[in-house]
Amino acid sequence: MLTAIRPHRPASTEERTGWVMVAPAAILFALFLITPVILTLILSVTNVRLISPNPPSFQGVDNFVRAFTADPTFLASLRNTLIFAVVIVPLQGGLGLGLALLINQKIRGINAFRTIYFVPVVTSMVVLSMLWKFIYQADGLLNSLISTVTFGALSGTDWLNNTSTALPAIIAMSAWAGVGFHMVIWLSGLQTIPESLYEAADLDGCSPWQKFAFVTWPGLRPTFVFVLVTITIAAFSLFIQPLVMTNGGPLNATVTIVLHAVNTGFSKQQTGYAAAISLIFFLLVLVVSLIQRRLTKED
Amino acid sequence: MTTSPTSRQISDPTHRPSRRSRVWPRYIPLVGVAIVFIFPLLFMFMSSLKPDAQILADVRSFRAFLPVGELSTDNYSAVFDRVPAWRFMANTIFVVAMVVGFGLIVNSMAGFALSRLQWRGRGIALSIILATLIVPFETIAVPMVWWVAKLPWIEFQDFIPTLTTGWLNTYRVQIIPFIANAFSIFLFAQYFKSIPKELDEAARVDGASWFTIYRKIIVPLSGPAFATVAILTFLPVWNSFLWPIMVVQQEALRPVQVGVQYFFQLETAWGEVMAYTSFITIPVLLFFLVFQRAFVSSIASAGVKG
Repeated sequence: MLTAIRPHRPASTEERTGWVMVAPAAILFALFLITPVILTLILSVTNVRLISPNPPSFQGVDNFVRAFTADPTFLASLRNTLIFAVVIVPLQGGLGLGLALLINQKIRGINAFRTIYFVPVVTSMVVLSMLWKFIYQADGLLNSLISTVTFGALSGTDWLNNTSTALPAIIAMSAWAGVGFHMVIWLSGLQTIPESLYEAADLDGCSPWQKFAFVTWPGLRPTFVFVLVTITIAAFSLFIQPLVMTNGGPLNATVTIVLHAVNTGFSKQQTGYAAAISLIFFLLVLVVSLIQRRLTKED
Repeated sequence: MTTSPTSRQISDPTHRPSRRSRVWPRYIPLVGVAIVFIFPLLFMFMSSLKPDAQILADVRSFRAFLPVGELSTDNYSAVFDRVPAWRFMANTIFVVAMVVGFGLIVNSMAGFALSRLQWRGRGIALSIILATLIVPFETIAVPMVWWVAKLPWIEFQDFIPTLTTGWLNTYRVQIIPFIANAFSIFLFAQYFKSIPKELDEAARVDGASWFTIYRKIIVPLSGPAFATVAILTFLPVWNSFLWPIMVVQQEALRPVQVGVQYFFQLETAWGEVMAYTSFITIPVLLFFLVFQRAFVSSIASAGVKG
């Protein structure tokens, strides 16, 4: 054993092993997480480009001023992302809970149904987006279903090429794709509620609705917070669905913050401006998560 | 037979006979919802075997979901002619194996150090790692492209080390940034905490080093934690898209998801689109169906810990 380096506590092998074992992860985090975060802050006040012979220069808050005053696409992306988040959080969270209640019965073959509902979660979003592009197109599956069900009385629209239906179409598809994940989360929450509480409620003559309101829902509180926070963060990161299905169109109706950041920073190579957009995005996620955490604190 | 042992409801044996006759209506909503979740993938597999004209014609009826008409693997042959799909598949399998393999080692060691060892700085390290959980990758992705384009690397040319600049268009840019994962470390640390501390003390008395304790005692006892982390790491890497489209321009190094881009502009060739998307989806689905219990419980454990 080494002699004590510091006077009051010997540098034990335990101490050294701790440092050595955490070092690989710590170095990787420093390089690929902490440095990029700091770089986002620094680059956001410059006009640096991805590949450029000219040295970048300091721009102050110009990038942020540009985003809010001279970039209608950014404002559209902010609006679309917020609408998407506000609609999908209750939609996907609620549908997930509904599915969890549906799947939480003890009947033969229930696991097969759970597996089927979960299939979109393991399938890549790129593939799902391609499939839904076909489903939504003018001569696609959805319109053929609509005209079959109504015997030709109604005909759908070209969902993804219509400014008023493109974003709702992406919202519906995204809820469909993600709901299986939250079904499983809600289900594990449901299974932590002791059976004895339901028996007690039965003895007191509670209706099914009363059982849900006074036993199930209070028992799901920790799950609720997790579901809320994860759907919100995923919603703000919306990117693949609009990229594949609409490329932000028609007329910026489906452009999102991440899509816009990638288009400016990567396609147009304006890294500095994209860093500013990324920073605004990060602050938005941070503020919303802090507000949610505050609001969902135990009363 | 297939009912979950953890299912909350306990069936009452005295009601069995009367209940059995009334059980089938409960399947109606279950089947209805199942159709909603399965029809796009069913359509994808069936259409991948049909010519384009038939795909569009079949959309008007249930034939869209049935293996009927002129079936062939022509779409698959066309895809393999046009796109180096097998090469993409090999790239993805390599990248996934590397990220999962190195990730299990690096993150379990960190989890061990944070949950079972006493050392100065442990508290700070733990809070930094937990803080990184709130940074979505998308927020740093674009500045990170700029950063990896500048990173140095040592290459060996005829056994002589040479310093090169830039990680773009490599396998390492798809692997190394994703090895360390705060959530994996957190899951490992939680699991390791549940193993009795007395095992370490007994091994220390016998003269085992801390590293031996990790390797010979903790790792063999933590199979479920390793399985959970492997599954939770495997899926996002297999499905990753945003990062590779930005950092891998060279065709020979591309992963499978990026290959879908080859079909973005070919909207008339839906048969080929369906063949390619089936090709890259079938391996994951098979993997999922074989290990579905482990998949679902991994995802569920991710939620409970949050």
